Amino acid sequence: MKERQLVIVGGGPAGMAAALAARAAGVSDVLLLERDQHLGGILNQCIHPGFGLHHFKEELTGPEYADRFAARVREDAGIEVSLRSFAVRLTPDRRVSFLRPGALEEVKAGAVILATGCRERTREMIPIPGSRPAGVYPAGLAQKMVNMEGWIPGKEAVIVGSGDIGLIMARRMALEGVKVKAVIEIQKVSRGLVRNVVQCLEDFGIPLYLGHKVSRITGRDRVEGVDVVKVDDSFAEVPGTAFSLPCDTVLVSVGLIPENELLEMAGGEIDRRTNAPVAPGVNLTSVPGVFACGNACKVYDLADWVTRDSELAGRMAAEYLGASPA
Amino acid sequence: MKRLMTCIECPQGCRLEVEADGPRLISVTGYKCKRGQAYARQETEAPSRTLTTSVLTRGLELKMLPVRTSKPIPREKLFTAMEAVKRIVVTSPVRAGSVIAPDFLGLGVDLVACRRLERA
Repeated sequence: MKERQLVIVGGGPAGMAAALAARAAGVSDVLLLERDQHLGGILNQCIHPGFGLHHFKEELTGPEYADRFAARVREDAGIEVSLRSFAVRLTPDRRVSFLRPGALEEVKAGAVILATGCRERTREMIPIPGSRPAGVYPAGLAQKMVNMEGWIPGKEAVIVGSGDIGLIMARRMALEGVKVKAVIEIQKVSRGLVRNVVQCLEDFGIPLYLGHKVSRITGRDRVEGVDVVKVDDSFAEVPGTAFSLPCDTVLVSVGLIPENELLEMAGGEIDRRTNAPVAPGVNLTSVPGVFACGNACKVYDLADWVTRDSELAGRMAAEYLGASPA
Repeated sequence: MKRLMTCIECPQGCRLEVEADGPRLISVTGYKCKRGQAYARQETEAPSRTLTTSVLTRGLELKMLPVRTSKPIPREKLFTAMEAVKRIVVTSPVRAGSVIAPDFLGLGVDLVACRRLERA
């Protein structure tokens, strides 16, 4: 079995920042596993601006932000990037198994950094009653379809949840000519950044219903509409406030869950409520030599902070390995 | 006339109190940095936004290329710009910053690539 000093799982902003920082701190041999055919992770589909104001002191789009790190990673001879490589197993003694086209590989790592990011919470997790027609998408999936594949998921959309992804997709769909009927948020305040409420909703005249919930999705084969109702402070429906919005598409933007199956396989302790690692501090896990950074560690609202904390994770791994800067 | 405005320059989202006479800015308070002051002036005189979208590619490693305007464009031009973007197909490899359409729609801004794309 091949031995590697540091194996990083995930080539998004967290994995790339950790790899570069570990190299700067003296780690000589880094293997970076990325399941997609490009580095950058979810930034590749986040084509809107708003990235880099802290880290680069200028406003970049997601792909631009990713591109700057990817260029440095590619130039660094001490980082081997393995694309189309999907980590399937992690053991407590840090053996990492991964699939790449045509092979199942296993490496023994001195230290491991999990930079595996998040998954989206789905309709089933809120849950919304009603039928199960086509046309209901997690907002991040719709984002990938529109921005990377060029598919527009529908003609008239309602967005459930006012997280940043939902707000940004409201604008994106509106720009693509979709009639965005409303954003429905059960809480009294928007979950997303206030700048996104302004530039994504107000700019396009999209109504935001705070303190409302979708009580039902209707339609047989395809979504035909949603029923919306006001809720009180205990989230109970207020009688007589229901109304219907016809639409053919529902985007669900109701939060993210850290992806930590590998850590779980290695016996790491995981908070059942948040799915984040249970550990005494940021980037740590309960398994010695295994670190978690970026959205796998906790859900961040800014990529810049992912970069900052993941650089720290790279340095922590270097310290664990006893490396010192050359 | 006084109005409240939320600065969209950065995630802080400062609440600005803006006094203006039509498109003429008189005073602004509530900003935490000079970008907020400039935003209030711009937003009062002529609201502008950076357009980001994707354009189709042919023969490159991804189906779509993310693009942006090099500078903000008038907000009321966003939909005109989207129509023009739909007619563009990128067929040559690009780097982040490569100009896809110079002086886009005669607005004095370029449409530029946001990432590297090689041939498929």
